[in-house]
Amino acid sequence: MRSEVVTWALRRIGERTLNSVERMGFAARFSLAVLAHSPAALRRLQLTLREIYFAGVLSLVIILVSGLFVGMVLALQGYDALTRYGANESLGILVALSLVRELGPVVAGLLFASRAGSAITAEIGLMKTTEQLSAMEMMAVDPLARVVAPRFFGGVVSMPLLAALFSTLGIFGAYLVGVRLIGIDAGAFWGNMQAAVDFRYDIVNGIVKSVVFGIAVSLIAVFEGYNARPTAEGVSSATTRTVVASSLSILALDFVLTVFMFRGIGV
Amino acid sequence: MSTPSPPGAAAQDDARNPEALVEVDHVVFGYEGSPRIILDDVSMDFGRGKVTAILGGSGSGKTTLLRLIGGVHALGSGSIRFDGELVDRSDPERLFALRRRLGMLFQFGALFTDLSVFENVAFPIREHTELPEDLVHDLVLMKLNAVGLRGARSLAPSELSGGMARRVALARAIALDPMLVMYDEPFAGLDPISLGVVGQLIRKLNDALGITSVVVTHDIYESLKIVDYIYFVAEGRIVAQGTPEDVRASTDPFVRQFVDGEPDGPVPFHYPAKALSREFARAI
Repeated sequence: MRSEVVTWALRRIGERTLNSVERMGFAARFSLAVLAHSPAALRRLQLTLREIYFAGVLSLVIILVSGLFVGMVLALQGYDALTRYGANESLGILVALSLVRELGPVVAGLLFASRAGSAITAEIGLMKTTEQLSAMEMMAVDPLARVVAPRFFGGVVSMPLLAALFSTLGIFGAYLVGVRLIGIDAGAFWGNMQAAVDFRYDIVNGIVKSVVFGIAVSLIAVFEGYNARPTAEGVSSATTRTVVASSLSILALDFVLTVFMFRGIGV
Repeated sequence: MSTPSPPGAAAQDDARNPEALVEVDHVVFGYEGSPRIILDDVSMDFGRGKVTAILGGSGSGKTTLLRLIGGVHALGSGSIRFDGELVDRSDPERLFALRRRLGMLFQFGALFTDLSVFENVAFPIREHTELPEDLVHDLVLMKLNAVGLRGARSLAPSELSGGMARRVALARAIALDPMLVMYDEPFAGLDPISLGVVGQLIRKLNDALGITSVVVTHDIYESLKIVDYIYFVAEGRIVAQGTPEDVRASTDPFVRQFVDGEPDGPVPFHYPAKALSREFARAI
């Protein structure tokens, strides 16, 4: 009896390991196939523009409103902390560096994964469930080129733009609270920010982060949609997996990128 | 009504049967990772210009056969020829070229939900030709007119009834004037009027356009009205075949059960289970 339980447990572990390895292998092959279809997506510029609209333009409201509030809260908390050290005029630096280096790409990435990533997965998953992808294949049209690649590129292009807008609105929110509400000198707020924020070191690194997050979220979203079980429950699970996997990937990638980009921090 | 072997035997002796547009020759197929055999040594010929029905219960492997003809899955063994050419998944370019010569109507239409009726029908034309927009417009309207839905060109798929969606999908399937049109359960879930319309369209388009049609269905009555030949499939094997007249006169138990709609017979009512005495005796 005991040996049967051990055998059963080992079999389950083996099965899960094999499934995971197979899934990872499939994901790697899928990613390569999507990249191989990139020229097709660029040739179908109209389709890619449409996806930029769905993934980017339609995400604007949540990104802009979130950016504004994050900036406002950051200003309030930052002012409280900086006042203790008599450095409240450095609020502009604190807010700008936090947003441009970290909060902009990361929070915009998390919001993008929830808003656009889940929508991409659900759309492709439902297309699979309703046999639209099969119909395309039977019409000698490759769904990777027609459906997947434009959505992937739409996401990759949208993400850095959304992150930049998030940071911009965040800084504006901080200005409203710090300068207009609390009364910090506007010249000090903007002047210190301009002097402390370096274009290559801070802004470019922030953009690089958001591009990497855009690639990660878009790949996960199209993969989960394409690989979803063609049932209502399958699409629902795939959508959940997209949000969870994208969020964890963003946070893990952010740590790795920060280690390499900002070596002066102390690592 | 004949026994299962003749068409397969013919295909085996002469794999390039000129009378047949599609030759399915001793095909064995099961999905990867599953021990279940979906099609077990199936051989069929689909004659040029004919409407052939594949009848059988749910899960008997009918739809899988259509997908195999389209090269969606790799065969376990055997071969399928389309217009004399081997359906081969290992050569994607040749496979896609072959698919351009066939159309398929899916069970619920599989219309692209983000495109209008017009754009759905224009889709294969735009993907595979470089025709000017005026010509695409006229071609699409001709196809929609053939299925009686020219006036519905601006509607979205969500605004169509089940029968209308099937007709739009049919217009899309014939958009590139294919040699073969495959219909997967074209009558499922339709009201009697739509059912008659779709049935008549299959027959009339087949004859008017000179195409070959394969209809996978479990609707015996509608099939008998429109098809030239019928294959009965059960548990992955051909169990009977013949013309509609043969089917009506058949005394074969499977055919009779199917035609008469008997709940029990060669296709049992009960899913395989232990003997009743062994199941219920446990409580005593």
